[in-house]
Amino acid sequence: MSLILSSAPHIRAKDNTQRLMLNVIISLLPCVAAGIYYFGWRAALVIAVSTVSAVAAELIWQKLARKKVRIYDLSAVVTGLLLGLTVPPSAPWWMLVIGSFFAIMVVKQLFGGIGDNFLNPALAARAVLLASWPALMTAGYNVGRFDAVTTPTPLLSSASTMDLLLGNVTGAVGETCKIAILLGFVWLLITGTIRWEIPVITVASACLLGWLLGTDPLTTVLTGGLLFGAVYMATDYVTSPMNRLARILYAVGIGVIIVLIRKYGSYPEGVTYAILLMNIAAPLFDRIPVQRIYGHTKAKKEGK
Amino acid sequence: MSEKKANLGKVFMNGVITENPTFRLVLGTCPTLAVTTSAINGAGMGAAATFVLLGSNIVISALRKVIPDKVRIPCFIVVICMFVTIIQLVMQAFLPSLYESLGIFLPLIVVNCIILGRAEAFASKNPVVASAVDGIGMGLGFTLALTLIGCIRELAGNGSIFGINVLGTAYQPMLLMILPAGGFLVYGLLLGIINALTNRKKGAAKA
Repeated sequence: MSLILSSAPHIRAKDNTQRLMLNVIISLLPCVAAGIYYFGWRAALVIAVSTVSAVAAELIWQKLARKKVRIYDLSAVVTGLLLGLTVPPSAPWWMLVIGSFFAIMVVKQLFGGIGDNFLNPALAARAVLLASWPALMTAGYNVGRFDAVTTPTPLLSSASTMDLLLGNVTGAVGETCKIAILLGFVWLLITGTIRWEIPVITVASACLLGWLLGTDPLTTVLTGGLLFGAVYMATDYVTSPMNRLARILYAVGIGVIIVLIRKYGSYPEGVTYAILLMNIAAPLFDRIPVQRIYGHTKAKKEGK
Repeated sequence: MSEKKANLGKVFMNGVITENPTFRLVLGTCPTLAVTTSAINGAGMGAAATFVLLGSNIVISALRKVIPDKVRIPCFIVVICMFVTIIQLVMQAFLPSLYESLGIFLPLIVVNCIILGRAEAFASKNPVVASAVDGIGMGLGFTLALTLIGCIRELAGNGSIFGINVLGTAYQPMLLMILPAGGFLVYGLLLGIINALTNRKKGAAKA
């Protein structure tokens, strides 16, 4: 009989980066499918190009910097997928390649690689593309089912609620079909990949503030990239706060900024900037002490 | 005599490379980020700053024994102001388009910390000739750095260098590069590259 001696922990979770990222990829599949269904081969091409170039960027950087090649942790795949799903289906291939390389090399690797990026790489790359080629990033894509006039974002059009829910509108590849996003959200919750606070509270606070300012809550949720951003972008482990209270405040901040940009900003949509702004603030939220250390009492004031 | 010449050479190269104000001292970042939207703006800003730096270094160095220590900063500023006013009027008269595009950043050379920094750190302690050489060296270093950043940003953001189209009409300019964010990006990346190269050089020298 062999006796194994080891120090704690004795029970380990099976979770590792690869497993978590695989769950995110699975949860994105409905969005990918919906995007390809509505926008055709062009959407498939967009997603493929951004994913492949993100992985290539990771590989090239790790080879050049003589670091351990870690593309098998799938995090670059997720970054590439997320970027591909948040650009219009008409996006040219070179723009996607630039976006993916920016996301991986500048936002992620230059700041120390996975776990050390201060912004969500895919979202930062999207912001760069949006600032660099605003016309290409907001271009509508006519697939024949729509009328000749396509608006850059459904925020401005008057599509029916059902069409908005199913994604039968113009917009970015993966953000139009809300049903697919909700399916992905459920998968992420069941597998324990993310917690419910950030997506739910982001959407709730955006709805509430939008309603106070005179926007129908249904319109707030179903238009633009709110749902996609709340479920997939805001919940990124690295760039969202750790503890519960901080997560809630972080989510409220995102919701509020989205509505303020939509309502008063010069851009029609503000999800990207709202999440990036709160990404930057996330470390500050993490400094809010919520956990009382066992046995620790507040220091009494002297003289009492 | 030859020793003194070598020293002057060292003073000169100090400004251009060893202590390049933009990339090694990280001074004067405000104009560096703000005006480098094109190569010509960067070079113009650099030239204006070089002129002011040369003039103020010479005058302050010549007056270094007269200026009372306690009020030296106001004295330096008055001297610097004089040269900034000269270059501003000259530029307005002969290069009105450059004057327009540099805008507020031309009069702001007065508070450029490279110029005050060199007055304080070098000109107030060294003879006139060395101070003049230091002014030219630092100014040239600043000009080269600004022109480099300006070239990169203009090439990416407009497809041209010094207003001449290089990348052809099919190129879709990356607007971000001529926006303020592009300035920070290019400056940060260049700083990183130069630091990495310097560290590698140091490592090689040690080994």
